[in-house]
Amino acid sequence: MSRIDMTFAKLKQQQRKALIPFITAGDPSQQLTVPLMHGLVAAGADVLELGVPFSDPMADGPVIQRASERALKNGMSLRGVLGMVAEFRKQDATTPVVLMGYGNPIEAMGWEIFAQRCEEVGVDGVLTVDFPPEESHEAFEHLQRHNIAPIFLLAPTTNEARIEQVAKLARGYVYYVSLKGVTGAGNLDLSAIEQKLPQLRKHIKLPIGVGFGIRDAATAKAVSKLCDGVVVGSRIVQEVENSTEQNVVANVGKLVKELRLAIDQ
Amino acid sequence: MTYNYPDNSGHFGQFGGIYMAETLIPAVEELRQQYLRFRDDPEFKAEFAYELKHYVGRPSPIYHAKRLSESLGGAQIYLKREDLNHTGAHKINNAIGQALLAKRMGKKRVIAETGAGMHGVATATVAARFGMECIVYMGAEDIQRQAPNVFRMKLLGATVVPVESGSKTLKDACNEAIRDWVTNVESTFYIFGTAAGPHPYPMMVRDFQCVIGNEAKVQMPEMIGRQPDAVIACVGGGSNAIGLFHPYIEVPNVQIIGVEAGGYGIASGKHAAPLTANAKVGVLHGNKVNLMQDENGQIIETHSISAGLDYPGVGPEHCLLKEIGRAQYVAINDDEAIAAFDSLCRFEGIIPALESSHALAHAIKIAPGMGKDKVLLVNLSGRGDKDMNTVAKLKGITL
Ligand SMILES: Cc1ncc(COP(=O)(O)O)c(C=O)c1O
Repeated sequence: MSRIDMTFAKLKQQQRKALIPFITAGDPSQQLTVPLMHGLVAAGADVLELGVPFSDPMADGPVIQRASERALKNGMSLRGVLGMVAEFRKQDATTPVVLMGYGNPIEAMGWEIFAQRCEEVGVDGVLTVDFPPEESHEAFEHLQRHNIAPIFLLAPTTNEARIEQVAKLARGYVYYVSLKGVTGAGNLDLSAIEQKLPQLRKHIKLPIGVGFGIRDAATAKAVSKLCDGVVVGSRIVQEVENSTEQNVVANVGKLVKELRLAIDQ
Repeated sequence: MTYNYPDNSGHFGQFGGIYMAETLIPAVEELRQQYLRFRDDPEFKAEFAYELKHYVGRPSPIYHAKRLSESLGGAQIYLKREDLNHTGAHKINNAIGQALLAKRMGKKRVIAETGAGMHGVATATVAARFGMECIVYMGAEDIQRQAPNVFRMKLLGATVVPVESGSKTLKDACNEAIRDWVTNVESTFYIFGTAAGPHPYPMMVRDFQCVIGNEAKVQMPEMIGRQPDAVIACVGGGSNAIGLFHPYIEVPNVQIIGVEAGGYGIASGKHAAPLTANAKVGVLHGNKVNLMQDENGQIIETHSISAGLDYPGVGPEHCLLKEIGRAQYVAINDDEAIAAFDSLCRFEGIIPALESSHALAHAIKIAPGMGKDKVLLVNLSGRGDKDMNTVAKLKGITL
């Protein structure tokens, strides 16, 4: 059983929901990413989404755009991100790590080498925002060969036929984008999520995580009631932005603990 | 040879496709279905033809640049005068086509990205013409260098949003327009300005721009009794070029030459010529194309004197035409483009856009080595009024 499957199975047994925080690798500095990852786990994270910075983050709002810019300025590359996961794994053999980003850095490295390196360093899943199932055949093949879960996004605009298609390809969990917009947008609509989920559940037997627009403990709690996991990105990245190198691990830890408490209540 | 691209999934060989975030996939799929439905609809075709004739002023003439050709002492240079279109460039052909489609799809809000501002002006124009709300995204640097066009868009009732991220040029304007689209996907039609992006855009924009080549194919035999020896056009994303080239792909003995922006020279790395520089294949803005990037797959900043060519990618059909060897791609540097700009002003009384000056510069470069009976057809994609500030600054003059 994969780390992702194991994590969700355990949570289900405990009747708890997954907390899935996102940070951008290399933000605020390369040295702080691995300590931040450990800090997230200590504060109660179940799965880590590690953002691979890209020069043109079309699906991201200003907060994650700025994080990507900082990370690239700090010299962060896909190669470097893989090295960080290897470092993280020296002390944490159980928490799943999902790389999230855009396809081009992987295209440039080559999917086979990338998937092989993912397996070596202990990456569990890969989510490429701009590679829909239609364009993921090659990627899928290489990821499968190396036991890396392709994580797919579904959106409010996704119709039933596409949900079925994604259900066939997806592994690990499926990430439902809770709103029409970029990351960090403020227009979360709980009743719309509630209405969409039965349609998703009809075809998707994997756990469903919901993200985009979750801003605080209250929204995290409300969303967690509807699905299997809550993804929190921009809010955490904003905390990174507002912190100093000295207090960033503590500040982010405090925020994630609050989210954990709210979800577990 | 039978040339029939893209395939049903929007691929031109290994290029093209629909690399978009999930939220937008249903939108591009709807667009594809609606476009395929209306493309052959007689009423749609008649309305498009009417607008092109009565609103744009088509057909655009072909002009023999005799004095310029004589000064070069070689091949004859003919110009396809897209600069004479309403709004001053080829961009209006496509903007009208997409606006007519938006109207049929019931969309009342249109958005666009723009580099030089010509596509922004064309979109603002058709939005006014059809009574639609219009938002144009434009890089902050381009707003500086194309100030007259910013004012034109505002006069036409559009909102111009400056984009401060990244290199503050065309690619960043594209990013921001995509972010708007994903947020307002149900109400909004994205009028994309070039023959790139996710399927169906490269095909649809090409089809709308093919009026250029289709007219030329009729006009050239009328003027000189035959087709030209070469067709030449500048390539930013590639819409004016593919509009001229596509009808000529299966015409034998017509050479096809795309001219990219060489900036400070290919060797300097500061250019916008992915095809000439053999840039690696990558994915940006919805399609797989030759893309200027570093070894880590990050898109690198481009440079060109002309904002409309200052883009790290190129439309997928050009990538294919290069790969199969049907078209040839070359680069013209900033200084060569400026020299061609000056020549056309002085010899012919025509002030060309800096983008189009690149195509012209290549014709000027090769004409002297060819016989006087040879004919080069250059797409004069736009007029240069928008470039007065840039050119004046280069010459050390403040307006
Ligand atoms: C006059 C003119 N020519 C050419 C271009 C380049 O675009 P494309 O390659 O799509 O024709 C532009 C773009 O702004 C333009 O304004």
